[in-house]
Amino acid sequence: MTKSRKKTIFLAAVLVVLLAASLAVDLALPSYHIAVKVIKKATVYALVAVSMNLLNGFTGLFSLGQAGFMLLGAMAYGVLTIPVASRAGVYQYFDGGLVQFSLPEIFSGFLGDTVGTTAGMLLALAVGGVLSAIVAWLIGLPVLRLKSDYLAIATLGFAEILRAFFQWNALGPITNGSNLLRGYPDFENATSYIVLAGLLIAVIVLMINSTYGRAFKAIRDDEVAAEAMGINLARHKRMAFIISSFFAGVGGGMLAMYNGTIAAASFKSSMTYEILLIVVIGGIGSISGSVIASFLYIFSSEWLLRGLDSGTFLGISAPGIFKNGFRMAVFSVIIMVIVLFFRRGLMGDKELPDLLNRRPKRSRKEAAGK
Amino acid sequence: MQELIPYLINGISVGGQYALIAIGYTLVYGILRLINFAHGDVFMVAGLVMVYSTTAMPMYLALPLVIAATVVLGFVIERAAYKPLRTAPRMSLMISAIGVSYLIQNLAFYITGGVPQPVTVPIPWISENIMVLGASTKRVTVVTPVLTIALVVILVCLIQKTKIGMAMRAAARDFETAQLMGIKINSVISMTFVIGSFLAAVGALLYFTNYPSVAITSGSMPGLKAFVAAVFGGIGSIPGAVVGAFVIGLCEELIKGLGYTTFSDAFTFALLIVVLCVKPTGLFGEKVTDKV
Repeated sequence: MTKSRKKTIFLAAVLVVLLAASLAVDLALPSYHIAVKVIKKATVYALVAVSMNLLNGFTGLFSLGQAGFMLLGAMAYGVLTIPVASRAGVYQYFDGGLVQFSLPEIFSGFLGDTVGTTAGMLLALAVGGVLSAIVAWLIGLPVLRLKSDYLAIATLGFAEILRAFFQWNALGPITNGSNLLRGYPDFENATSYIVLAGLLIAVIVLMINSTYGRAFKAIRDDEVAAEAMGINLARHKRMAFIISSFFAGVGGGMLAMYNGTIAAASFKSSMTYEILLIVVIGGIGSISGSVIASFLYIFSSEWLLRGLDSGTFLGISAPGIFKNGFRMAVFSVIIMVIVLFFRRGLMGDKELPDLLNRRPKRSRKEAAGK
Repeated sequence: MQELIPYLINGISVGGQYALIAIGYTLVYGILRLINFAHGDVFMVAGLVMVYSTTAMPMYLALPLVIAATVVLGFVIERAAYKPLRTAPRMSLMISAIGVSYLIQNLAFYITGGVPQPVTVPIPWISENIMVLGASTKRVTVVTPVLTIALVVILVCLIQKTKIGMAMRAAARDFETAQLMGIKINSVISMTFVIGSFLAAVGALLYFTNYPSVAITSGSMPGLKAFVAAVFGGIGSIPGAVVGAFVIGLCEELIKGLGYTTFSDAFTFALLIVVLCVKPTGLFGEKVTDKV
């Protein structure tokens, strides 16, 4: 069996096990159980982290605008899917709002309840993604000409502008101003999150392995050399930015789904930082690293280390020390250790199937040494 | 016009406070080419220390303590988080800065319990109400621009006239050559952080006199704005940072005065993007060309 085939089988096996595990969780546990919540949130973060990795890790564009694009996706999802009947309650300060239709309801009219609602939700997510992509194209026109840290601060600035824009009262009839959007539909089970995010991540992986992906990596490694090889820098940078924003937008919509409410104020730059740190933990330039890191991060922050905040951890009871906020403090110390001493993160720039060819390489090296 | 005067006065004052933070950014960027994302949080910590120390001890002990603690914090951050990455790519350095910012905010959350800490004992004299041009305001509003200008003049003298200032200029011009000329680069960088943190501490003392409380996120917005000011003025240039900060402070308050409070933050970033697109080196910045 060739190595690449082995890798494919290995990857397929991992995916099947994951899918089976999530199905089992769905069957065994009620949807409000913490395990389901963790899986849902972690898949959303995985998608957003991978989209950020595409930009920061594979194209070498240090962008900090992710929260802004997520906000766009989330808003689009909320606005398009809130049932017409509950709009009067949600938009209570804006006379029920301007948008008087709901995609899931339109679709369930002629596709049946289950299929129609799902189709409507997916379409709303896609609209959010496309909206983000369009905004990314607009933002990219001026911003992508900038280099490294200027790019970072400019994208960060754009995310802040978007946030202010969505909280603007004049847009209230559509965005509900600084009030919450709520009451929209959500996928009940964790498996649908996994399948949806998994498919989207698979698209990104295919993208990275294509000629475009190779062009992105060439730009990351050396812009001047890439340009000399005939790669259109502006075009490819713009493409990476737009694609990444599309997936961030969809991820934002899914985050909105998971949270149950959307408040523009919560899409702060600290959300971008959080995602960036997940990417760093997983390894900049590794898709599977980002996915694993999101699961680890969400699992430990939402579940495993909960005790650090509520008094008892590992059987030690010390309410004086283990009080609110200790969990995140411990967490950020761990992150700093990774940033300073394990700069390659969990996976470096390797992918999960690459773990298979680790051992033979080492033995060959040893043999050469002897 | 008459109703805009309080906003104008306030704008000059806020601008002065931004200027004090912006200098920290511009100095560090000049030498390390690093956006020190943690600088805004250092500013916030100075505010917290002020709240805690002024309630616990007399003013003449508390104020020096605030400044000393902030300076030590800046120094420690540089040594712990930036020095190990001296040879690493710039992206790692920036990620480390974001990590430090995250760490400081989370630690502050743990210590304060996430509750904004009220400024119960404001600094006397500067927190008294006075009348300026028919508008009631605190004395700090008038003191800030004067103090800022004075500190900037001292700083410029320090950089132009003293040996350490010369070393800082050399390091900003060419990091490696400066090292070859026998400049102890680590102490120069530490000095930059010490100066930056000192000014941030003074800025925090003035800034939080005007505000009822210090929250863990109070530092990030002023920090980002001060950074924009530094870019606007031409990053690496001290007069540029000061001019930029005053412009931003004034514009922001005027926008508030005209009734668009939601957009006062957004304006700053819009200004940043316009500046970066039209004149990326800022008002007083030097032109750099990329070498292959």
